[in-house]
Amino acid sequence: MNSTAHIAKKAPAARGGGRADYVRGLVMAAVLTGAAFTLVMSHALGNTPLTIAAVMGLAVAQVVVHMVFFLHMSSRSEGGWNLLALLFTLLLVLIVLGGSLWVMYHLNANMMPPSSDEMRQMP
Amino acid sequence: MSTGSQLRLVASAPRLRFHLIEPYHPENSVLLGFWIYLMSDCLIFAVLFATYGVLGRSYAGGPSGATLFELPVVAVNTGLLLVSSFTYGMAMISAQGGARRSALAWLGVTGLFGCGFLALELSEFANLLGQGAGPQRSAFLSSFFTLVGTHGLHVVFGVIWLATLMVQVARRGLTETNLRRLLCLSLFWHFLDVIWIGVFSLVYLVGAMQ
Amino acid sequence: MQNAQPPSLPAGPDFARLLFGRLSWDALPLHEPIVVGTFLVVAAVGLAVLAGVTRYRLWGYLWREWLTSVDHKKIGAMYVILGLVMLLRGFVDALMMRAQQALSFGQSQGFLPPHHYDQLFTAHGVIMIFFVAMPLVVGLMNFVVPLQIGARDVAFPVMNNVSFWMTAGGAVMMMLSLFVGEFASTGWLAYPPLSGAAFSPGVGVDYYIWALQIAGVGTLLSAVNLVATIIKMRAPGMSLMKMPVFTWTALCTNVLIVATFPVLTAVLALLSLDREAGTHFFTNDLGGNPMMYVNLIWIWGHPEVYILILPAFGVFSEIVPTFSRKPLFGYVSMVYATIAITVLSYLVWLHHFFTMGAGGDVNGFFGITTMVISIPTGAKIFNWLFTMYRGRVRLELPMLWTLGFMVTFVIGGMTGVLLAVPAADFVLHNSLFLVAHFHNVIIGGVIFGMFAGINYWFPKAFGFRLDEFWGRLSFGFWLVGFYLAFMPLYVLGLMGVTRRMSHFEDPSLRIWFVIAAVGAGLILLGIASFMVQIAVSVKNREALRDLTGDPWDARTLEWSTASPPPEYNFAFTPVVHANDTWWDMKSRGYQRPSAGYLPIHMPRNTAAGMILAAISVAIGFGLVWHIWWLAAAAGAGLLVVAIGHSFVEAGKRVISVKQVAGAERVRRDLIRSVA
Repeated sequence: MNSTAHIAKKAPAARGGGRADYVRGLVMAAVLTGAAFTLVMSHALGNTPLTIAAVMGLAVAQVVVHMVFFLHMSSRSEGGWNLLALLFTLLLVLIVLGGSLWVMYHLNANMMPPSSDEMRQMP
Repeated sequence: MSTGSQLRLVASAPRLRFHLIEPYHPENSVLLGFWIYLMSDCLIFAVLFATYGVLGRSYAGGPSGATLFELPVVAVNTGLLLVSSFTYGMAMISAQGGARRSALAWLGVTGLFGCGFLALELSEFANLLGQGAGPQRSAFLSSFFTLVGTHGLHVVFGVIWLATLMVQVARRGLTETNLRRLLCLSLFWHFLDVIWIGVFSLVYLVGAMQ
Repeated sequence: MQNAQPPSLPAGPDFARLLFGRLSWDALPLHEPIVVGTFLVVAAVGLAVLAGVTRYRLWGYLWREWLTSVDHKKIGAMYVILGLVMLLRGFVDALMMRAQQALSFGQSQGFLPPHHYDQLFTAHGVIMIFFVAMPLVVGLMNFVVPLQIGARDVAFPVMNNVSFWMTAGGAVMMMLSLFVGEFASTGWLAYPPLSGAAFSPGVGVDYYIWALQIAGVGTLLSAVNLVATIIKMRAPGMSLMKMPVFTWTALCTNVLIVATFPVLTAVLALLSLDREAGTHFFTNDLGGNPMMYVNLIWIWGHPEVYILILPAFGVFSEIVPTFSRKPLFGYVSMVYATIAITVLSYLVWLHHFFTMGAGGDVNGFFGITTMVISIPTGAKIFNWLFTMYRGRVRLELPMLWTLGFMVTFVIGGMTGVLLAVPAADFVLHNSLFLVAHFHNVIIGGVIFGMFAGINYWFPKAFGFRLDEFWGRLSFGFWLVGFYLAFMPLYVLGLMGVTRRMSHFEDPSLRIWFVIAAVGAGLILLGIASFMVQIAVSVKNREALRDLTGDPWDARTLEWSTASPPPEYNFAFTPVVHANDTWWDMKSRGYQRPSAGYLPIHMPRNTAAGMILAAISVAIGFGLVWHIWWLAAAAGAGLLVVAIGHSFVEAGKRVISVKQVAGAERVRRDLIRSVA
């Protein structure tokens, strides 16, 4: 990632990938989306936690498809800085999501249970 | 007071160049800068997703996703956004190939799909509000409306930006600046589709099963 | 829970309500003599400044050279000036609190009613963090980084101008809250449910939210700018591991800002939705969870304090080698320590609410991570000490502040590690021990660092050094004053005294508060001495002039330029061969080119920053006072201005070869006059 001298301003780099890339991306994304919707709407897997896991897996796959085929994410764009920024952001997103869920689960679990009076007042 | 600079010449050292004598133009930073901004936008959505994750089952005795979500409509919406990402890609290919009219046409189609997405989403929201399932009803609904609504707001800004860029490309052509702006908007547009993947998977699909 | 009626509901016809929202004459705090007095003083000073500028016909100069400038050096200086001005307000808040706590025992109620006192400690915290520390840190980075990497400016100069004015706009909202309406009385982080609509129905929390949201935009944009600058605009040859440590810490700080300020934006937005739109994120009922706010706000809050301290660490990493006449010990470990701190700062946030009840497993995890994060910081301290060891240490002002930092910050850090033990924190949370700890690290670390940096880089920025005598006086007052003001608070905290109290019953505590008040008085003298230092230095600027551009015989590239640098920084882009680039150039016999100048393209000035900030303040004011038409109109205006601006071709100026040659000749003559 060394900075090198450039004599002339570069035009914005033509992002790699022609029509073929976009078509492939569209098809794959459509298949993954369709699969996710079908799984849920048809209750094919019956077991809810399994369905949830499958939906999340399909979502992750689809994000990757978007990153590669639509956003042309690679380790080359901007000398690797784009990918580094993305990975760092991903790390933080996981910490924020996972950390919040973990912390809040424990905080909620340790809350005093409602009294019978309060139970009566709950909507 | 200062000691000044020591100008000791080291006799045996080769003459090093300490200055560039030709003009120096660092690479343009707009795309990197915009990408970094997008990463910060990711974190806003991370917070909204986290909030939905924590509060998303707090129905307060009110309706849940299973009763409220109409998955076929969501599927259509998802399709609209996905196709709009594709059509934007086509617009970029035309633009980078210098084909102004083709680029404008694809951009217009993208905008239409974007507006279609927004229209469907607004009608869904109106529907929910009509059923009394507005953001004030429960924490689940507050976080639902805010997460999906913030995504929708981003799409609104995207459409406004798209329209502005179409005017600028129509008037000034596919200049370097306009190409760069088109690239930034493409990052934005695809990024919104990525966020939508999270939304329809975690909010609608998972929520519809609860 | 029903919303309580806002206190000042105009009784007039609905049209008045539509026009003015909940704004009415009641909003003016005419019944509070302290505020009225403050307003009179501020108005008098403000009018005097305006009159002075008019009398000396400086409006044109001010507009052209400063307010619309896109020059990172000017913008950096304006940030620092903003921070120092707001320091005065934040410090007056502190003085008032110290006075109240020293006086209010038993029968005596002091002079501040609780509701006013609550606003004081809230405003003090908000101002010191967001409008003193942040602007100082951002200002220093803005000024120094492009010079250190051999660049002409930041990546996005116009956006830089906008960033500054957005921060200033937030400060304007803060000042408005003092004179029109009230400020939040919730503490600087405004936890719900207290900050929700039910318990804070007035305008205070809304002012808080919008001041921070407006300033937050500025901060975020500035960070994007600096990250892009450091990545893309380094001079040829300056690889990452040849960057000065201050630039490294600037990179990590701005990465932290990009990665963490969005969290604040989102959380405050959720709070404002709760307040205005009746949502239930953090309410007590209908599924809301106030603990989620605490969780999220500290996910922002902890990285925030590292945003404040990392640049200070960078400042010290420049000053210690320069004034020890030795290269920095352990450059590589410094870099890795900085990166480690950046990542780890995301893994410790729960230590701010150990007592909220997450349980042993969670508390234990975060307690361990909190202790681990002190390790890279310790490594840095050792590196600085080893740099000084066997160096020829010069005790000039920047070095004095650095030494003060080393002792003070280490003490504060140690009390931090103590608080990191959850069991200890259960006793000390929200006590004065905690207050002493964070002031210890922020004053000892950030403020001392900022004063060190200001004294160090002032000659570069303005062309003359700061007066030694008044500088030493200021340092002495700050150092002694700090210890007197805060060591008693450690004692009080260990005895169990809670924070944010405006009245006490136990007279045996009083002596400690009195000592603390004396300390605050000494700090006041320190601030006064600093202002005298500036005034005296300006008066004696010819005697203090820096003629060579390198008054400290320093090591990094910014010292290769004139003091102050020309607008374009470098007539020729430097080529970098080693770390401590300027030292390397000096010791390897570089020759300043005296011919072959090229024309230089610079961006034009812009009024965009001031316009966008003014519109944003209008939006904020409208939202605070429920003047919906104003908020909507200003919002539309913002969009129109932004879109309109994108149609305008970015103008460029050319600095001709003749102008460059002229400036360089002046520089050469100055250097020769010293030799």
